[in-house]
Amino acid sequence: MTSHLGLLAVFAFLVATVFAALMRDDPREQLRSGGLMFGGFLAVAIVLSWLMYPLPL
Amino acid sequence: MPSKITTAETARASAEPGVLALVCVAAWLVPGAGHLYLGRRQKAIVFFVALLTMFGFGLLLEGRIFPFELSEPLVALAAIADLGLGLPWLVARLAGTGAGTVTAVTHEYGNTFLIVAGLLNFLVILDAFDVAMGRK
Repeated sequence: MTSHLGLLAVFAFLVATVFAALMRDDPREQLRSGGLMFGGFLAVAIVLSWLMYPLPL
Repeated sequence: MPSKITTAETARASAEPGVLALVCVAAWLVPGAGHLYLGRRQKAIVFFVALLTMFGFGLLLEGRIFPFELSEPLVALAAIADLGLGLPWLVARLAGTGAGTVTAVTHEYGNTFLIVAGLLNFLVILDAFDVAMGRK
């Protein structure tokens, strides 16, 4: 796989999974917080990449 | 008839120094092993699968398992991070993998996967320690 977005998604998924398992004990809470973290990682990465798009000026 | 050992009782019994060390070493060697010993099976499985997947991805993406080059501080730090997964690191080194292909398009992604997998396992080790101490 050489897609930046694909690799970003895999990385975000794995990191969010581990953090969710560390921070929560209830499986439903783990799923919820993991999902939020995963979505947050993706959203922030996409926003930052668009902010960097005009660079170098 | 002895009562079923609860997770809390297991945690209190595990607070002995020898057992704490065993939990931490086990967690370092195999991600999730510390939690499995402490009865947290669901977390153990999650850590085992996620961290080994991340490590495997790192190798597949042509990442490098860095050597302990003290003359290059960043390389040394990356080497310490890579060492976060004990047994996978050892198996990879013995198998001759992890040399990394600098010219590969995915090389830096591979490095990131390997480094973060190790660092996350350090957090998992700390969590296992906290569980063993009865703090969680």
